Amino acid sequence: MSEASDSPEKTTRKPGSGKRGGKSAKAGAAGKGKKPEWADGLKRLYDSVVEEPLPDAFNDLLSRLDDGKP
Amino acid sequence: MNRSDPDRPEREAGDSFKRELTGVIPHLRAFARGLCGRSDLADDLVQETMLKAWAARDRFEPGTSMRAWTFVILRNAYLTDMRRSRFRGEYDEGLAERILTAPADQEDPVHLGDLHRALQTLPAERREALLLVGAGGFSYEEAAEICGCAVGTIKSRVGRARAALTAMIEEGNIPRRASGDVEAHRAILEELDSVSGRDGLSPAD
Repeated sequence: MSEASDSPEKTTRKPGSGKRGGKSAKAGAAGKGKKPEWADGLKRLYDSVVEEPLPDAFNDLLSRLDDGKP
Repeated sequence: MNRSDPDRPEREAGDSFKRELTGVIPHLRAFARGLCGRSDLADDLVQETMLKAWAARDRFEPGTSMRAWTFVILRNAYLTDMRRSRFRGEYDEGLAERILTAPADQEDPVHLGDLHRALQTLPAERREALLLVGAGGFSYEEAAEICGCAVGTIKSRVGRARAALTAMIEEGNIPRRASGDVEAHRAILEELDSVSGRDGLSPAD
């Protein structure tokens, strides 16, 4: 994997700071280790898949593992 | 003679492995969906992961985290598939549509469909770092172990991913293709409905 893109930032731009205009009251919390407002959405995106009923294909596969002498 | 069945310990170990593997499937699906963006490809990836995990089950140490162990297998399979460019530039139109039309999202400050699409624009290694820490609930240390890199690297990737998403969302600079397609599709359907409803036959006079 290329690590080149992870070299130390040259142009820093802190999330939640230096926004033009009035949003900073809401977004400002993101500046000091607080989560941005979409962070909860990311978790819910993930959880929504976790909570989906398992498609049959997975149980089929599991039962094949059962028999499975590899 | 069953009492001295020599295969029994092995079979019991296999059973308990399988129980644990079963328990993490929903998490594998969620991680895979976030990584590759499309539910059909994600589920293929999870099945591939399950087969690989089963084949390597002797190497799993009981008592350690099955979720972390299988995530390593999944991400390696994903990266291999990525190199074969199977997933490149694709994301789940169907998922985007379901999210776009889900009533539960209405009170959200951030649209989950937007977030899903924004996530797919990130470089893979930042996306996975953010998914592990920000959605999967792994610590930086655990995520570093899963990705086989330094803790500082994970922190940097998560930080950059967060900054990129925050910028995209605050500036409204999110790829719109999916919702555009959904709307275009709906408009076409409505037009067809109204056309066929008007005279039931061809629109020609």
